[in-house]
Amino acid sequence: MTITLNHFSAAAVFALFASIVFGITHRETTREMVRYGLYCFAMFLGGVLVAGWAMWVLRR
Amino acid sequence: MANITTEKTRVVQAQPASIMAVLAPAVGWLIPGAGHMIQKRWIRGLLLFVSIAMLFLLGLAMQGRIYKANGGDILDILGFIGDVGAGGLYILTLTNDWGQGAIAFATADYGTKFMIVAGLLNFIAVADAYHIAIGKKR
Repeated sequence: MTITLNHFSAAAVFALFASIVFGITHRETTREMVRYGLYCFAMFLGGVLVAGWAMWVLRR
Repeated sequence: MANITTEKTRVVQAQPASIMAVLAPAVGWLIPGAGHMIQKRWIRGLLLFVSIAMLFLLGLAMQGRIYKANGGDILDILGFIGDVGAGGLYILTLTNDWGQGAIAFATADYGTKFMIVAGLLNFIAVADAYHIAIGKKR
């Protein structure tokens, strides 16, 4: 079985799973884990979008 | 004053080494999330297992390459250290001769990185299981 993901899908999948692990391992309570996981996910995806737009601007 | 000092000392002191402090990291390395599950952190363990296993298996499905211990190149050695963190998944991949994907397209390279990151995330999960076992974390 072969799966082909585009760059954004791969980044989103990576962000989702890495954020879950970061949330669980870096915080104490369930509420803090969820909040930190969501924060990491937003930062990962936000970073991808910012880097993408920055490269688009540089390329022009 | 004396009470404050005593309180601080009690907080900093490590608990005596238990069997769980050895068992949880070992089992957690072999099966991602199992180090949490044997300490009755079922949901955390399950989420860790699903996250790490999915990332590793997606990497394999994307034709990612697995690194072996024979690398002379420093990047190969670093890749091996990352991969070996996945424990049982890495052993299973090696024994079945999976992960031989030639990097002919970009997603195969993503797959290689997915497997390395899955191993590195499992190292973090193992450390977390150890901290729970010694009472440093709830």
